[in-house]
Formats: sequence, C-alpha cells, structure tokens
Amino acid sequence: MEVDIVTPKHIYSDEDLDRTEGQAIEALKKSATEIIPDPDRWLEEELERNILLTSLDSILNWARRSSLWPAICFPACCAFEFIAANASRFDLSRFGMEILRASPRQADLMVTAGTLTWKMAPQVKRIYEQMAEPKWVIAMGACGISGGIFRSSYNVVPGYNHIVPVDVYVPGCPPRPEALIYGIRMLHSKISQRRNIEG
Amino acid sequence: MAIKTEPFVLNIGPVHPSTHGVFRMRATLDGEVMIDLEPVFGYLHRGVEKLAEERTYTGVIPLTDRLDYIASMTNNLAYVVAVEKLAGISVPERAEYLRVILAELQRIANHLIAVGSFLNDCGAYFTPFLYMFRERERVIDLFEMVSGQRLLYNFMRVGGFNQDVPDEFFPALEKFIRQMPRYIDEYERLLKENEILLARAKGVGILPKEVAINISASGPVLRGSGVEWDLRKVAPYSVYDRFEFDIPTGTVGDCYDRYRVRVIEMRQSLRIIEQAMKEIPAGPVKSDVPQLIRPPVGEAYGSIEAPKGELGFYLVSDGSIAPYRCHIRAPSLLNLTALREMMIGWKIQDAIIIFGSIDITMGEVDR
Amino acid sequence: MILALSGKEVAAELEQNFPGSVVESGENSILVKSESVFAIAEYLKNTPELDFSYLTHISAVDYYNYFELVYQLISIQHKHSLVIKTRCYDRQNPVIPSVVKLWRGADFQEREIYDLMGVSFEGHPNLKRIALWQGFEGHPLRKDYL
Repeated sequence: MEVDIVTPKHIYSDEDLDRTEGQAIEALKKSATEIIPDPDRWLEEELERNILLTSLDSILNWARRSSLWPAICFPACCAFEFIAANASRFDLSRFGMEILRASPRQADLMVTAGTLTWKMAPQVKRIYEQMAEPKWVIAMGACGISGGIFRSSYNVVPGYNHIVPVDVYVPGCPPRPEALIYGIRMLHSKISQRRNIEG
Repeated sequence: MAIKTEPFVLNIGPVHPSTHGVFRMRATLDGEVMIDLEPVFGYLHRGVEKLAEERTYTGVIPLTDRLDYIASMTNNLAYVVAVEKLAGISVPERAEYLRVILAELQRIANHLIAVGSFLNDCGAYFTPFLYMFRERERVIDLFEMVSGQRLLYNFMRVGGFNQDVPDEFFPALEKFIRQMPRYIDEYERLLKENEILLARAKGVGILPKEVAINISASGPVLRGSGVEWDLRKVAPYSVYDRFEFDIPTGTVGDCYDRYRVRVIEMRQSLRIIEQAMKEIPAGPVKSDVPQLIRPPVGEAYGSIEAPKGELGFYLVSDGSIAPYRCHIRAPSLLNLTALREMMIGWKIQDAIIIFGSIDITMGEVDR
Repeated sequence: MILALSGKEVAAELEQNFPGSVVESGENSILVKSESVFAIAEYLKNTPELDFSYLTHISAVDYYNYFELVYQLISIQHKHSLVIKTRCYDRQNPVIPSVVKLWRGADFQEREIYDLMGVSFEGHPNLKRIALWQGFEGHPLRKDYL
C-alpha cells in the first residue's frame, strides 16, 4: 500500500507526551532520595513470638515458592545471564520458573537484570505496582545493588532499592547463572517461612 | 460498503517480550497497518562517554565491555585498536593472531543470539533459541578458559594481552571447530526451506541499496542490501589480510537476506579460525607498554568490523593519562535510522520481525 | 584498501570553488568555516570524482573556547576517505548548519550532539533530546557540567 513516508502523521502531540514524561521523571528523581527498607519484618516476628507454621501455611508457601513466575524487566547485560539461566544448560524450569510472563499482572517475581536509569525508573515502578500481592524482588548484579560501575553517572539510579523494596541481593557483574540460582533458593527459604494466616 | 477506520496510537515498549532491550516505539496504526512510527531511546543511557573522561586509558576497557554486552571481545578490540593508533604502539604477531581468533569466536556467539532471537520473534517460541544457546555455551566455555569470565571479558589490553592462553585452549578450540559445522547444518536443515520462515521473512522490510548507504548502515544490514563492504577486506586491521574468506551479500535487502548473511558469516568465521590456528607463531603476547599510557597530543579514529557493524572510537588526547574525549560510533544506532521507512505500510506483526532482523543492542544505542 | 586523501589537495580544490571557506588544511583533515559546511558537503557528495556517499561519523569535542565538530567521510565507489572539521566559537548559543538532507545517517547523531553538548543544528527537521528527557537541565558532556 502506498504510504507517504516523509511527513509525520502523528495524531498525538509528541511534545506533550515528551513533556509529561519528563515531568514524571523529574518528580521521581526528587522523591526517590531515601532507600526503601528491605522487607525483613518476618525475621523479627519469628524471634519475638517463636511461631510455628500451621500445615496450611506450609502448603501455601510450598505452592508459592515452587512456581514463581518472573516478570520481564530486562534493561541490560545481566539479562543475558538470566536468559542463559533459563536456557538449556542451567535450566530454571526445574524450579517451575520457565514461563517469563510478559504481563506483570500475571507475575510474582521481578528479577531486575540491568542498570536502572532515571529515564527508565518510572516505568519500572509502574511494573512493580501492577504486580499482584504477594510479590518479591531480586536485585541482580552490582548495578542492581548499588549502581555498580556506573554509580557516578548523571543518569543512573544508585541501586534498585531507591525505587522498589528488594528481598534478595545477588552480587556479581554479571552474576553467574549458578549464583542467580543460589539467590533464588535463598528466596525460596525466605518464602517458606512466611506467615499467611493471621490470628 | 467501505468501513470507516480511525487511526490510534499504540505504545510498544520499553518493556516488551522480545529480548532486544528497552526500546520504545510510538506506533500509529490504522487497523493493523502501521502508518507512522516514532522511536524513543535513552532508557539505558548510562553516560559512558562522560565516565571515560575520568578513567585512565586502561581503565576505560571495562566500560567498553558493557556497550554491546553480547559481543564484548570485539568492543575491547575496537577500543584497543584506536588507542594503539593514537599512541603508535605496535603489537606482537602472536597477539595479533590471538585477537583474530577471539574476535571470530565472538562473531559466531553473537550471530547465534541474533539468529535465535530473530526466529523467536518469528514465532518459533524458544526452540531455535535453546538450540543456539547450547552452542553459545560451548563458545562461552572457551572464553571462560581464557579470561575467567562468562559475559564481560575485559581481556584485551593496549599492546596485546596480559597473559597467554592456557594449554587446554587450543585442543578445546580444535574440537569445537570440528563439531560446529555439523550444528550449523542442523539449523539449516530445519530452517532454510521452512515455509513459515519464508512466508514471514521473504520480501518483508526491504532496505534498498541507495538508502542503506545514505543512512550509514553497516554490518549485515548493509551487506544484506547488496553492498559489498566489510572492513576486514576493505581496510584490513590486525592480520586479516593474510586469511582467505568470502563476504556474503544479499540481493533484495529483506529480513530473509539479513538472516542468510548472518548464517553464512558464521561458516566463514570458522574458516578464518582454522587458518589462524595453523599459522599462529610462538612468542610474547604483549609489547613493552608503560603502566600508565600517555599518548602524545592528537586524535585518532580507529574502527573494526564488529558483529553488528562498524564499531569505531574517536579518541582525543591532551597528553595526560585520561582521554580528553572518547566518542563511540555505535553501529546499532545508525542501523536504526531507516526504521520508520522500513516499517511503514506493514502490519504490526511484521514490525516486530523487521526490528529483530536489524539486530541491535540497547547498550550500544544509548551508551 | 581505503586511501586517506591528502587534506591539502582537496583544500586547494575547495578553495577554488568556495573562496574564503577553508581556514586551514593539514595532511589529515580540512578545517572549514561553520557557515559553509553545507555547501562544501554538497560539493563533496555530488562531484563524481570525489563522490563521498557514506558519512561514517560526526563527533563533537568541547575545547574550552570553542566546540569542534568532526565529520568522517568515505566514498564507497572510489574507496577513499576524508576528514572535515569545523569550529563554533559561541558558547551560549552555538549553531551549525545540518547535513541531514545529504546524509540521513546524520539524523540521530546530530540529535545526540544537541542533547549532550548543546550545539543546535539549523535545518534539522526534528531537533529534540534523544538520550535524556525533555526538562533535563544542562548539557552533560560539556566540560563545565558538574
């Protein structure tokens, strides 16, 4: 079909869209100066009350940890180690995680595989907010923990914990797939001690 | 009775289910046909050029790894070639041959991912991808033997290498070269005359020859459009002028041509590695270079044929230990210039395939 | 092999056709005035013996007194190359004519130079920020940014 390729046929105003995006980024940059504390309240509860889990809790936790579905959030290089962990040699589907959900509403784990920039930060926050409870975050790689080799740059967020609360930190640049699987196992043990039924 | 349609805007990305990275397109669609496209970049802009001005010349090498993070050896090679051109440093013979072997191995690893993710976009959900990853793991094993790292090697240095390859490397490389052609034959048998691939990729996303030259395309995108331009033949760097290999070119410039060019390039890389392995001499692997390199005042532009195109570094030196300006000529950014023209008029499913066939990495586009 | 053309010979030819536009010429590069960049680029592209059809790279460097733009050109047919440079002495509002109409590969590169260095290009159809967001203050790659 013959289409005129010279004149842009935007039916939206791209300056308006750019301007609103810029305002959102500046607002997030001003508000995200503090580190969100890691969700480890379960540690204190455990020690305080010396709780034993009911068998219903154990079954729910077993079901949740055996089929964690990761959401797709692949900015940079760590993505390829995550994909390699999913591929033929280090098989993540033995942990029930082979389905990478494109839609965050069907996922419960966010593996942050790459450097976070201020331009991308509002989108990552939206994806995190769209995931349904209970949800967990693994900060993968040095860029995820603290900004890594790019920490002093003008556009890099120094760690994902400025934007989302993080459960497990996996160091490395990039971490080997074995290290990532170790981090996932740590998350499994964290989930298995979670109290689901109140009272 | 004609149905009245109204165009609407669809935002594709930055997070989307193909493995090409954080790239955003604002597409205006009329039904399913695209009538306009606006690419938006910058979601991975990490400021590498500004960071490079604060590090020494050797300290910039880990930063260059993270540009095109799939093919990290060739990034290092491009930067090191540029610094050697600026400072006038020569490299011993054994190091040159080793550089050729590692660069061609990296080309094979990169094209495996490029072809795998192109087929992933075509709809063969993950099967060829897993096959290609099986081979890529073998190449990564060879690289791990040499440098200790799986993905971001940081292995080349100005003047050669810091240490020689271990003794197990060459027998393992020999075994890999003997087994790899059989795997490429396996892929060809499954994919070359596959009806679905032919229907989806032949004639789709045509980039004519004059347009490809005008937009400064390079690599398989330029060669798929019929221009025989490969820096390894036209402006040989390192010792590429001593080897015999062919340059595959396409005829039409559609997605199928670019895919064929990549598969044939893999075979030619194996040919180069075989010749290099026979001729490699013994000797030192690093020339006498001081710890802190201080090139004379001046500038240089050094470029190589990276798997994605022509990767070049423009370095300006003011006599101190850090570069004054380090500007990166990224092939993926320039290959994307004609994206709008290639996609307009096609349906949205074809748009994903066209985008996958250009083979970009966002770390390079945004730097 | 790509032959790098000598700056002095091409400068002599350019001086004949565009008198007063060449500032200096060395072995490796030619320095031209910023107003005549587009005219010289058009001449280099359209003359059959020169035929510089491929623009490899545009780069901008911030020397404290001026901005210098470097254009690397290659001819695919004749296999020779040339480097053209131009300078812009205005730091508050630097403007240079754009070469997008001749080589479309300059599109994203000029937008990036505008974004990170602050040099505007006259005649560019879509001069917006490309790597950073609209509303970002300053131009990061300048030497006086932070």
